[in-house]
Amino acid sequence: MSGAPLLAAFRQSLGEAWAGGAGALLPLGFLGGTAVLVPLGIGTDAATLKAVGPGIIWVALALASLVTLERIFQADTEDGTLDLWLQAGAPVSALAAAKTLAHWLSAGLPLALFSPVLALMFQAQASPALLVNAGLYALGSLAFFFWGGVGAALSATVRRGGLLISMIALPLYVPTAVFGALAMSGGPGSTGAPLFLAASTLCACAVAPYAMSAALRLAAD
Amino acid sequence: MWSYFANPHKFLRLSDWLAPTFYAVGALCIAWGLWQGLWVVPKDEYQGGDIMRVMFIHVPAAWLAMASYSALAVASFIWFVWRHELADIAAKSIAPLGAVWTAICLATGAIWGKPTWGTWWQWNDARMMSVLFLLFLFLGYVALRASMDTRQKAARAGAILAMVGAINVPLIKFSVDMVESIHQGASVITADGPKMAAVYLTPLLISGLGHSLFFGGLVMTSMRTEIRERRIARLRAASLEGA
Repeated sequence: MSGAPLLAAFRQSLGEAWAGGAGALLPLGFLGGTAVLVPLGIGTDAATLKAVGPGIIWVALALASLVTLERIFQADTEDGTLDLWLQAGAPVSALAAAKTLAHWLSAGLPLALFSPVLALMFQAQASPALLVNAGLYALGSLAFFFWGGVGAALSATVRRGGLLISMIALPLYVPTAVFGALAMSGGPGSTGAPLFLAASTLCACAVAPYAMSAALRLAAD
Repeated sequence: MWSYFANPHKFLRLSDWLAPTFYAVGALCIAWGLWQGLWVVPKDEYQGGDIMRVMFIHVPAAWLAMASYSALAVASFIWFVWRHELADIAAKSIAPLGAVWTAICLATGAIWGKPTWGTWWQWNDARMMSVLFLLFLFLGYVALRASMDTRQKAARAGAILAMVGAINVPLIKFSVDMVESIHQGASVITADGPKMAAVYLTPLLISGLGHSLFFGGLVMTSMRTEIRERRIARLRAASLEGA
């Protein structure tokens, strides 16, 4: 097996995700819009915002993954790309992982890198810890994208699959959200939590490609 | 062994008498357990007085919530590997019933929690959160199946989701366990044996048995309906071809 179909799929997805004129700005705009609604919705009290800030960024990342992933496999199913892939003989699990990774690179990672700015807007103290948190957001959002990819692959042939993806993927987001919030809480248990966060992300990266592969074979039938 | 149970005709013959038996014995056990639990056993002031009697519904419901998800995952695995249609029929029948018992567990838990802990719901409590996500997994499974246009696709998609969910259940349980809990620890199944007084334990176990049998009966009835629906669909398709 050669790596050519894998590379092609990766570049195609990256192009898709980057297209639409705005590149990574579009997901950033989404994150900004979500984050701006929060102080308007819950009030502008500085202590409250400081307390909920890290959690709001996790929620925004989860939403961003669901919104981005809605159509990643649907278009390939409709226009026949998926059938070509299956014929190309490349492992479908690796193809699905490559596509998911491409979408994470263009939507998940920029949001994570941008998170210190948002954290400051949520009244966090400016400190190197914000950069560490950005790394944790990047790590955790990778799991969001992989589990969300399972939902997207399962609902690839379903019209209005977006709601279904959320229904399927949100329970799978729990460990990431819990460990992520724990790691940033600064309370007891927060020192080991980044390792658990990494472990749950690795679990997602190990399991999700096979589930996506099984679901895509189903979609191609 | 699987191929023996996988035969729908044998299943229909077996469940023809087994399902009514399960209903009858299950209803008797539930009735006896409720009568003991609600009227006979003394109330436990430490557990909040009379409200602790909800335990005789709450605990069996919690057992069944977990058992039914395990059954769903096992049935999905058997279908995915050996493609025995009956396993898929079982999975399809278990999911909505499992969701109902999970919802009963959450509702009775909230009713018990309000007078004893002063809250209907506690977000940082591991057990409540695990059960809530179990409910979401069941609902997602039902929604996914319902959105597929053919039976075969529904079966495959459902099996994939149930197995991914089964891998995640321990992870979810472990992650929420990291946060401290106000829920009491296990008191029936522990390494040192039951910690509960026999006067409570016996009705509780009988009630649990009753719920399990009744659940089993409902699953069998639902499976019988599904087998016949599939047979009707096949006959209809055959007659359309013949015409």
